[in-house]
Amino acid sequence: MLNTQPNLTRPDDFYEALIDMHRDLDEAQSQSANAQLILLLANHVGEHEALMDAIRFARAGAECAPSGNGATRSHGQLAA
Amino acid sequence: MIDYQTLTFEYARCSEQSPDAAACVHPVVVVGAGPVGLATAIDLAQHGLPVVLVDDDCTLSTGSRAICFSKRSLDIFDRLGCGERMVEKGVSWNVGKVFRKDELVYSFNLLPESGHHRPAFVNLQQYYVEGFLLERAQALPNLEIRWKNKVTGIAQRGTQGLEAAHVALAIETPDGPYELLARYVVAADGSRSPVRKLMGLDSHGRTFKDRFLIADVKMEADFPTERWFWFDPPFHPNQSVLLHRQPDNVWRIDFQLGWDADPVLEKTPERVIPRVRALLGPDVKFELEWVSIYTFSCLRMDSFRHGNVLFAGDSAHLVSPFGARGANSGFQDSENVAWKLAMVLEARAPDALLDTYASEREFAADENIRNSTRSTDFITPKSAVSRVFRDAVLTLAREHAFARQLVNSGRLSVPAVLRESALNTADEETFAGQMVPGAPCADAPGVDSQGAPQWLLAQLGGRFAGLLFCRAGVRLESGTREALDALARGPVPMHFVAVLDGEGAVPEGLPTGTTILRDAEGMAAQRYGAQDGAFYLIRPDQHVCARWRHADAPRVERALKRALCVAGTA
Repeated sequence: MLNTQPNLTRPDDFYEALIDMHRDLDEAQSQSANAQLILLLANHVGEHEALMDAIRFARAGAECAPSGNGATRSHGQLAA
Repeated sequence: MIDYQTLTFEYARCSEQSPDAAACVHPVVVVGAGPVGLATAIDLAQHGLPVVLVDDDCTLSTGSRAICFSKRSLDIFDRLGCGERMVEKGVSWNVGKVFRKDELVYSFNLLPESGHHRPAFVNLQQYYVEGFLLERAQALPNLEIRWKNKVTGIAQRGTQGLEAAHVALAIETPDGPYELLARYVVAADGSRSPVRKLMGLDSHGRTFKDRFLIADVKMEADFPTERWFWFDPPFHPNQSVLLHRQPDNVWRIDFQLGWDADPVLEKTPERVIPRVRALLGPDVKFELEWVSIYTFSCLRMDSFRHGNVLFAGDSAHLVSPFGARGANSGFQDSENVAWKLAMVLEARAPDALLDTYASEREFAADENIRNSTRSTDFITPKSAVSRVFRDAVLTLAREHAFARQLVNSGRLSVPAVLRESALNTADEETFAGQMVPGAPCADAPGVDSQGAPQWLLAQLGGRFAGLLFCRAGVRLESGTREALDALARGPVPMHFVAVLDGEGAVPEGLPTGTTILRDAEGMAAQRYGAQDGAFYLIRPDQHVCARWRHADAPRVERALKRALCVAGTA
């Protein structure tokens, strides 16, 4: 079960560091940094069910975000 | 030395073609004398069945083609009587290395523990495997091979499940057509299976948009005997390369080319030689032995059984080559179908047992396709973001151990654990180790009653086996004795292996003919999680079907019936 309640010990410091990680990186390097970060954190979490929850939540969030093509999707499609 | 690639075999007229031939229904006909068809035919013949093997051609494999044969395949070849030749000629290997650019990111050992007769893999050109299987097949008097016998039509007659049900094959020969009848047909006729087409059946799955070049080169080289895989090497940027050693100083080099590559142009020596030279350097002398361009698909038939026709090997399922799961899974098909056909044809089991061939091997094919597809998605990322993650894994793998387990250059073939098989009897007790019902039996070293070293798998043989773990010098428990006696007297030929924990006297009460194996290093007991009195019922294909901490007659008899689909056990 993925913990989505507040759990960060220093939330503002974390967020600043996350944005800062991308400083002076080009688009490809930023993509690489994000991917590496996800993999490092996923390994730290370890538990498969928690990771699947995170993947579902992220996918759901992405589908209600405006797409690059301008299309939007309804919330209803996300459960599967 | 025999050049198996140039051998041709004589067509000969068969009994059906003589004018006064009486109609005859063979118990089983195997279609296709490739590796899987040959293995199936040998296995069936070793069960004592008369077997007819037909092939539309009269030669063995041209080109090395499949080269990696897994430990499980070697264990099967041992049972078929040709394992030693394969291992002697083959190049044994256990270690794989993965490079990114020219940097080692990951190394793995596929057989990190000792105490197994066979290595994780041998590399051996397919024509040797077929040649050795063929020579074994030719030594079996009840196996008739009919070259240049092409199946051109197929019809099923009678009601499936009844003894009169059979298959009629229309066969075309240089002397014209004839009709070949068989109760069962095993179609091992390859990825383009004419039998499948004649029956109007399909395979479904994915075709991958990528092209690969195989260059088998002959050279003196000092690469170690390991599987080397490069992502994005300097000598072949942005693509992958695989290097493998074969016998006779032949090396397999597999270059990823991408979908846009021109398959005709890329096959020409003018294009191939510079690619090879880029890998080997300017001074290495080599000759091209075999060149091939391929694409691949992951496909399978919805069902491996259609009436009295059973599909095995590439005719039933296809995978990408990364992981050596094609031919190796085909041999597992062959041993699965062979013992079941033998039991049904000897009237020891109902026709329904053959349904479990389909269900077990469909399950295994799905596992192979899943693994092979995952490897392919890593090697050939399908989208920009997939490529980003792939490269991120490779970057992290240099420094961080966790990422190495995500590097996927091919998850190499291991036999399926048939956990969900209807033939298994569920555990009632807990056992340590991996030998759950459905698992392929692990090997272990031991010593026979003469003090000579022996291997456990070789003792189990190709019949149903009862594997008993017991203490030397101690009488068997009465429940164990009754169980062994019930099986020994039962309708199914059984073989017993007693694994003794030490050097003391052989326990009294073992059935006549029991093979004694002394577990000198304790590995057998450890791998089977076994203590004194533990009893395993083993299938003829050396998969576990049931086990108990202490055997008793009613339970082992029930488990044996279940393993044969005999009514009243559901």
